[in-house]
Amino acid sequence: MKVGQPEKMIIDGKRLDGRSMTEFRPISLEVGNLKRAIGSATFNFGDTYALSAVYGPRTVHPRHIEDPQRAVLRCRYAMAPFSTKERIRPGTSRRAVEISKVLNEALSNVIFFEEYPKTVIDVFVEILQADASTRCAGLNAASLALADAGVPMKNLISSCSVGVVDGEIVLDMAGLEDNYGDVDMAVATIGNEDKIVLLQMDGIITKEQLIKMLELAKKGCAEIFEKQKQALKEKYKTGEIDDESE
Amino acid sequence: MDERKSEVLIKERQLVIPGETLATGLDFLPSSGSFRANNEIKSKILGLTKIKDRFIGVIPLSGVYVPKVGDGVIGFVEDMQTTIWIVDMNSPYDAILPLGEAVGEYVDLNKTDISVYYDIGDVIYAKVLNISKSKRVQLTMNDHRARKLIGGRILKITPSKVPRVIGKAGSMIELIKEKTKCQIIVGQNGVIWIKGEKESLASKTILMIEKESHISGLTDKITKFLEKSD
Repeated sequence: MKVGQPEKMIIDGKRLDGRSMTEFRPISLEVGNLKRAIGSATFNFGDTYALSAVYGPRTVHPRHIEDPQRAVLRCRYAMAPFSTKERIRPGTSRRAVEISKVLNEALSNVIFFEEYPKTVIDVFVEILQADASTRCAGLNAASLALADAGVPMKNLISSCSVGVVDGEIVLDMAGLEDNYGDVDMAVATIGNEDKIVLLQMDGIITKEQLIKMLELAKKGCAEIFEKQKQALKEKYKTGEIDDESE
Repeated sequence: MDERKSEVLIKERQLVIPGETLATGLDFLPSSGSFRANNEIKSKILGLTKIKDRFIGVIPLSGVYVPKVGDGVIGFVEDMQTTIWIVDMNSPYDAILPLGEAVGEYVDLNKTDISVYYDIGDVIYAKVLNISKSKRVQLTMNDHRARKLIGGRILKITPSKVPRVIGKAGSMIELIKEKTKCQIIVGQNGVIWIKGEKESLASKTILMIEKESHISGLTDKITKFLEKSD
C-alpha cells in the first residue's frame, strides 16, 4: 500500500465523498462566459474545472495545413500550472499532446467540415483545476463552446468517466479514487445516442466488467447531455421569442 | 405504416440545439441549418426554427459571416497588388476587388499607382459580385451605394443579428438614423459604419439590439431608450 492511500475507499456502500456508486459529483456548466471568443463554455465536475473557447471558422495559418475541401479542426488541451497540488510545467507535455489528439478525434465525428472549406476551427480547452476526469470535462465544455460558436454539428458530445474502486464499478472517478483505484475509463458518446467517440482505459478488468462499465457510462453521458441541452437553452431564455424582423 | 408518418415536432421560431429532431418522416425537407438523418430532420446549429411549406430550417443565433452573392459588405483594404486589392470583410474568406470593378475609367498602370483609388487601411462599402467554388470572393464597386467610407466609427456585431438591426423593411435602422442624426451603413457581414454627432448613442443602441435581439417588444424598448437619451 502506498503512502496516503486510504485503507478502504468504499465504506457501507458510500464512497469517500459520500456519493453512491452511480452518482455524479455536483455538475455546473455555463455557456458564453468569454466575450471575445466566438463561442465559450465552462464545465465543472466537482473540483474539476474546464474552460473552453472556440475561435473560427477562420483563415488558416500556417497556410500549408489548409484543406480546399473542408475545414480543419485544431484542438489544444492544457492544464494550468496551478491546477494541481504540484505545479505543472506550462507548455505542452506528452500527456497534453495525447489528450489534444483524442479530443480532436472525438469532436471530428460531429462537425460538418464541408460547410467551411479552407478554414480552421480552433478549440482551446484549459483545465483550471484538476481533480480527475479532466478530459471528460474538457470535452463537454468544448462541445458546448462549439455549439455556442454556431459551428454546424450533428449533435453535442457528452462524456463521463467510470472506474473500478475496491472491486466495485463506480461512476465519475474523483481525487483519491483516481489515484488508487483499480481501473479508470473515460467514455464519450454522441449526445444520448448509442455511439461512442472516445474510450480510454487503464487497469485490468474482465469482459463482464467492461460491458457493465460501458452501460453505466452511457447512462452517465445521457445525464450529462440533458444538462448540456439545458445550459445552451438557458443562455437565450431571457424573454420569449419575437416574430417581427427579417 | 407507422414509419411513413410525417410529423413536425417543433413550433415556428423555437430555440433548438444541434442534434435536436425537428421533424420525422419523408414529407419534409431540410433547408439551411438542418440535415436529414434517416427518417428524421435534425438541427445542425443553435438557433431558431423556420418552417416554410415543406422546408424546415434553422436561423443561426451566432456564427461567422459566409459571403453570399449580392450582399453589401463593409471591408478593410488589407493588401494591394498591381491590379487588385485584397479586402478583409470579417469573414473566414478574404475578398478580391479587381481594378476593373473598382474604377470606371481607363488606368494606365505605367503612370499611376493604384493606391490613389484605395489604399491599405481604407474602409469600403462594396457588393459581393461572385464567389467561386474554391471560395474566392470577388467584390465590385459597380453599385450606387458602393463607396469609400471616410471618418466615422466602425462597430462589429454578430453577422446573424444584422436583420434585427435593420428591422422590418429598414424600420429599426431608420429609427436610429432619425433620432441620432447619424449616417449609418450596415454591412451584411456584421460591420457597421456610423458617422455623425451622436455616434456614441447610435453605437450604444446598436449594441443593445445585438444583446437583446431575441427578446420581444424590441422596437418599443429602443424607441424609449432613444427618447430618454435625447
